[in-house]
Amino acid sequence: MGQWEPPERGWGGTGGHWSYRGGPFAGGRRHHHHHVGKKLRTLRRSPDNRVLGGVCGAVSSATGIDATWVRIGFVLLSICSGVMLFVYAMAWLLIPMEGETSNIYSRAINDRRGIRLIAAVLIPVLIAVQVITSTLHLAFVGFIGWPTFIALGVLILIWRNANESEKAFIDHDVVPLLGADPHGGGRRWLLARVAVGILVGAGGIALLVEGHTTAAALRPVGGAVLVVAASVIIFGPWWLSLVRDLIAERQARALAEERAQMAAHVHDSVLQTLALIQRSSDDPQHVVRLARAQERELRAWLFEGRSPGAIGEETTRLAEGVAFLQRQVEADHGIAVQVVMVGDCELDEALRALLDAAREATVNSAKWSGADQVSVYAEVEPDTVMLYVRDRGRGFDPGAVPEDRQGIAQSIRARVARFGGSAVIRSAPGEGAEVQLSMPRRERVA
Amino acid sequence: MSATEPSAPGGRPRIFLVEDHAVFRAGVKAELGDAVEVVGEADEAAAAIELIGERLPDVVLLDVHLPGGGGHAVLRGVRPHHPEVQFLALSVSDAPEDVIDVIRAGARGYITKTISGPELLQAVYRVAAGDAVFSPRLAGFVLDAFAQGSAPTTGLDPELDQLSPREREVLRLIARGYTYKEVGRDLGISAKTVESHVSSVLRKLQLSTRHELTRWATDRRLV
Repeated sequence: MGQWEPPERGWGGTGGHWSYRGGPFAGGRRHHHHHVGKKLRTLRRSPDNRVLGGVCGAVSSATGIDATWVRIGFVLLSICSGVMLFVYAMAWLLIPMEGETSNIYSRAINDRRGIRLIAAVLIPVLIAVQVITSTLHLAFVGFIGWPTFIALGVLILIWRNANESEKAFIDHDVVPLLGADPHGGGRRWLLARVAVGILVGAGGIALLVEGHTTAAALRPVGGAVLVVAASVIIFGPWWLSLVRDLIAERQARALAEERAQMAAHVHDSVLQTLALIQRSSDDPQHVVRLARAQERELRAWLFEGRSPGAIGEETTRLAEGVAFLQRQVEADHGIAVQVVMVGDCELDEALRALLDAAREATVNSAKWSGADQVSVYAEVEPDTVMLYVRDRGRGFDPGAVPEDRQGIAQSIRARVARFGGSAVIRSAPGEGAEVQLSMPRRERVA
Repeated sequence: MSATEPSAPGGRPRIFLVEDHAVFRAGVKAELGDAVEVVGEADEAAAAIELIGERLPDVVLLDVHLPGGGGHAVLRGVRPHHPEVQFLALSVSDAPEDVIDVIRAGARGYITKTISGPELLQAVYRVAAGDAVFSPRLAGFVLDAFAQGSAPTTGLDPELDQLSPREREVLRLIARGYTYKEVGRDLGISAKTVESHVSSVLRKLQLSTRHELTRWATDRRLV
């Protein structure tokens, strides 16, 4: 899990506020400025809180100013002076992503292979362009060629060193804007590209031939072609090996991703179960139950391709769902979850929503209360299911959380309200917190 | 929970430990410290029955799972001869049938081994004073076993087979993780009244002849 938790995950909500009084920034604004210097060094861009590169979100997290205000301020400033755009770009390069220790800039500087690749492609192309433009007396094109190619090289280097989520962001949100979608389009796109290329090429040749009808005038063109051919002969094998390297690199990355996925799965299920088995080693029945459940899950994953874990189709009873929630939160957050169940029933959509809300409340307690135990109590009554999540942690003043900022509280409420359930949050500073959830049952027991 | 709240009659309660894990015994002794007097310990049922009869402690801390017949064997071996010895069941087990079994056999309470030191001490004091100790889990089991709307019984005393609405409320709050004091505050009654409700529930649990109770426990065995 991430070592650094952004304040917007607290009770405060999604906008980067921390209204949960007992959160890691407890103490409020009074002590604030003491920490600003320290926080600037620990600035992190969050992948969840961004419009462009996440810089404003990072600033907001560090200073406590609402992200929306930071963004408005930034836009106003950059209207006044274009320098702000440069500052933003630099900040994007220099502030590491959440959960990373290096920034894009330092990675780009150290990316030997990337620099080699760019040099290998750009330098010959640049030389070729220079030769051609100078023989054709188009010095102007040659002059703007330099900075363009260098800028291109730098951009490629940055792209190579952005992390996966930012690459995906650039691919999906920025590249289409430039009209150069590398994935979409397929055949039609290819045909159109080839057609345009042939048209442009034919136009160029026509221009050349029309302007200089004599064979002597065509000589520079022939020279340029020779230079290009020469650079292909000289650099060709190198390019080829680079392409091979690139392919190998891509394959290695795919493999690493697969391994990471595997590791995540093993962590979520097998390691978790092993930890539980160690803890209950003096209860053989429980150990057998755990081992059997784990085996079932592993088989489902290996042979039936079903993803384990999710409170998905596999859990069909409320008690199983609650037990799963318990295991997950205990493993992910290192907090004891004490479960008491009274009665049990089939899960339906509404009760799954209730479980999701309960999980959110439990995780929130685990993260923010400071308590070492969370109690979950669920009771199935003839026509409702009640579920309580309680901690004995710091607590907070629900009245002091402004109505429009109750991120988590609101999300818990919204989850159950959709199915006609309700959520009440009771807490006071120093007295822990309790989330009381109830959901009417669709199916009554006969 | 403050450990000073209830105190045992006549100073330090005399404790006997029945538990087959030596490490855990040492841990319990360290946690209880000087607040109690540990008069003996045993790691299996037969030895426990003999030693308890000899030393007559105030409270026996009893592991539910024991070599040689489990915790209830100790209870059945000691209770008929020494009804004044109180038992507090201690377990990592979450299996309801085991828990109900030791309570029915006469234990005054059930707590899980994850309990904190001060809470354990308070539970010991409570049991020494003759009160009942319900952990959230035990409260949940009882609510489950005495589920509303399940069939009434053929017992002689129908009072024993039903929980009163108030008892139900108290148990529900305990199951939610409330302390007796918090339960009292929430319901607007004194902690003493909460204790008497809990004791009455314990009595019903031990004396009820309700069929559901046994059937419920056996059903749960299959889970």
